[in-house]
Amino acid sequence: MSASAIAFYCIAAFILITGILTVTTKKLFRAAIWLLFSLIGIAALFFWMEVEFAAAVQVIVYVGGIVVLIIFSIFLTNQEGVNMPSALTKRSLFAGLAVVSAAAYTCTLLCNHYWMKGSDAIFDPSVNNIGYLLVANTPESFVLPFELVSVLLLAAMIGCIVIAMKAQPENK
Amino acid sequence: MSEIPVEHLLMLSTALFFIGAYGFLTRRNMIAMLMSLELMLNSVNINFIVFNKYLFPDTIEGLGFTIFIIAIAAAEAAVAIAIIINLYRNTKNIDAENADHLKH
Repeated sequence: MSASAIAFYCIAAFILITGILTVTTKKLFRAAIWLLFSLIGIAALFFWMEVEFAAAVQVIVYVGGIVVLIIFSIFLTNQEGVNMPSALTKRSLFAGLAVVSAAAYTCTLLCNHYWMKGSDAIFDPSVNNIGYLLVANTPESFVLPFELVSVLLLAAMIGCIVIAMKAQPENK
Repeated sequence: MSEIPVEHLLMLSTALFFIGAYGFLTRRNMIAMLMSLELMLNSVNINFIVFNKYLFPDTIEGLGFTIFIIAIAAAEAAVAIAIIINLYRNTKNIDAENADHLKH
């Protein structure tokens, strides 16, 4: 077993353990911190696969953006110290049963499937190629989805401001 | 890198997806449900990059889809948190079970 394989299994164990702690810990703030570690582990996995741009985006957007947003909203809703109500025993039992059986079924499918050999081309996820993929003037590029995502982000931003804005008092 | 079979990478993302699904089914706090949702979205990102890198290395379209998914996940999290904060302001409670004002 080479160092690269050992690194992969360490990263995988880290992601799974912190993921399980995210969904089982009692305090909401601790769940957010475990989620932070899980997302950092996924960024490490992207680094391990030599997809550095995706790892950087993962760290910037998820770790730097979404988790900070979640922690802010935990503080704004005053949930940081209280224990969350534990899930109903019946519900967690059935959810665990469904999830374990579905995961086992999917893993069986994965193991029995014949994976074709990938081509021998070099995988080159450089920023140059990503730029050509997203906004180049070729039929294969993703210009329309790129524009749609930018419009979506604008709409989401305006929607967030409108939803979270305080209503003006009536008598003013 | 090549000695790791593709199945192991896909099993990792499967396990992460179903951990997120378990959290989504059992949590009652809306912020905790949102966190489980983020785990599920991330496992899909891993899948896209694994398929791209190991089965179709001559293109980088899976990586492009991963970037789009991350952008949409950011928008979704922002809107969800705006809704949760507004709900908390109105009812002082963000349990999913208590948000039934629209139910008849």
